Amino acid sequence: MALLEIRNLGISFGGLRAVDDFNVEIEKGCLYGLIGPNGAGKTTVFNLLTGVYKPSEGIIHLDGQDITGKKTIEINRAGVARTFQNIRLFKDLSVADNVKVGLHNHLEYNTLEGILRLPKYRAIEKQMQEEAMELLRVFELDGEADTLASNLPYGKQRKLEIARALATKPKLLLLDEPAAGMNPNETQELMDIIGFVREHFDMTILLIEHDMRLVSGICEELTVLNFGRVLCQGKTADVLNNPEVIKAYLGE
Amino acid sequence: MQKAFMTKLKSNKTLKSNLITFGMVIIAYILMEILMAAGILSNLLKGLLVPLCVYAILAVSLNLTVGILGELSLGHAGFMCVGAFSSAFFSKCMQDVIPIAGVRFTLAIIIGALSAGLFGILIGIPVLRLKGDYLAIVTLAFGEIIKNLVNILYVGLDENGFHFSTKSSLDLNLSENGTVIIQGAQGITGTPHDSNFTIGIILLLLTLFIVLNLIHSRDGRAIMAIRDNTIAAESVGINITKYKLMAFSISAALAGLAGVLYAHNLSTLTALPKNFGYNMSIMILVFVVLGGIGNIRGSIISAVVLTLLPELLRGLNDYRMLIYAIVLIVMMLFNWAPACIQWREKIAYKLKKKKIVKINGKEA
Repeated sequence: MALLEIRNLGISFGGLRAVDDFNVEIEKGCLYGLIGPNGAGKTTVFNLLTGVYKPSEGIIHLDGQDITGKKTIEINRAGVARTFQNIRLFKDLSVADNVKVGLHNHLEYNTLEGILRLPKYRAIEKQMQEEAMELLRVFELDGEADTLASNLPYGKQRKLEIARALATKPKLLLLDEPAAGMNPNETQELMDIIGFVREHFDMTILLIEHDMRLVSGICEELTVLNFGRVLCQGKTADVLNNPEVIKAYLGE
Repeated sequence: MQKAFMTKLKSNKTLKSNLITFGMVIIAYILMEILMAAGILSNLLKGLLVPLCVYAILAVSLNLTVGILGELSLGHAGFMCVGAFSSAFFSKCMQDVIPIAGVRFTLAIIIGALSAGLFGILIGIPVLRLKGDYLAIVTLAFGEIIKNLVNILYVGLDENGFHFSTKSSLDLNLSENGTVIIQGAQGITGTPHDSNFTIGIILLLLTLFIVLNLIHSRDGRAIMAIRDNTIAAESVGINITKYKLMAFSISAALAGLAGVLYAHNLSTLTALPKNFGYNMSIMILVFVVLGGIGNIRGSIISAVVLTLLPELLRGLNDYRMLIYAIVLIVMMLFNWAPACIQWREKIAYKLKKKKIVKINGKEA
């Protein structure tokens, strides 16, 4: 059975049909791309998947569990983590603390134990520090663990957002334009990281991207959205050679 | 080797900063005690010691809402009022039942803090779900309502139990040996004088202990994550309402604690615009803004300086609000003007460079 199964997903904002009859199945371990021209509804699909919007119709199943119309935090607990198109870090927290917020629901102690600094607080905080540093090492951010997140350069902020999402131990990782604003070198590095994350964490990844080099380089399967509808779906090479897709992107 | 040393240095930074804050309060306490023993302290200053603790606790507790949670509360004096009246009411009732002052006062503290915290939860539940400045508006209204409510409240006690009225003490219909406890605009008179400077300092240290430990824990990180980016915090599974409510109610309970200290330092407790009104709430906010939003140590310093300043310049007391305004503007410029920020960073950089050179020197 597919890890993520979306059937007949749709949402309207007033008279605007933002997403219509969206179907997709993503197998476990797959690296899946969602592409389309500006305003096609890609980020809306992400927002529907993470509970920011409630779908007007359709169902979403994650690993056999129905997550349609649930709250954002419930969906995160069910195993969906995301990054944002415009970076949303906790800018006045340190890099390590950003990741520790991601670990919030996995390593717990209660408020009283925290205020009174009981042994459990020390044990869990130590474990949190270790796990956070381990994740930061993967993204080569361990040297800047105590830097404020807002003081990181742009490329590293993108990496930190992925690290924070992974800290919630998701089954499915959603990346919203991870390469936006990156130079070719940084994009290449990002492609390596995404590949590594997939291998290392055995992660299923769904990403939105405009950078065709990244998409054709790492995605196995693609869905093309245009005006809220699926234009084409299938293996990357087939989709990118589809005349309909070329027309949607480049015009006639 | 050097890298390991540096990371160790950094992880101890919060601990060091906390110790400085605690140390500062304790040193101030010892200094004041010495001055008092030597008889140098004027009566005026002696009378200010407990209010100073009250204001410092209020500033720290409001900083939890404004600086750490990132919400604006304009009714902090209202929570203080709730804490003051509930605890004074308790102490007055129990004056004969529990003759040991320590036990009675401890219970009064718990009751004052809990009732203020309860009001924090009651107000927070509907309002913290909203976005924008609604919390500021509702807390502002709350502060005024509480103050006015207390001013018309009459409560008496006789062998039949409690009697309530909102008209006058005669309407309480008390029996002959009944006593009026809360007498409307005249408030509560004859509250046992249980507060003193030492207790004030202990309560301030307790407040600091709770707030600083909360900030540097899992819950504190969640609260600050909500402040920095609510949408992202939600996306990593943080329960927004729960943590907002937690921070707000703890902040309210600590304001209640300050109220308890305040009430037990006076023989007559009345709810005037001066002590529990809008001006008081704004003054606490001024302490927080001047000390630096989110800076706990700064809150204490500014509370102390801004309370002492007008008292020391007694002759200029008419210009008190003028001095306030000027100091506020100057501090705002110092904190936020780009040129000032640049200048401060330059100084900080120079200091840092010296420190690193020193460390390198030691290693070599």
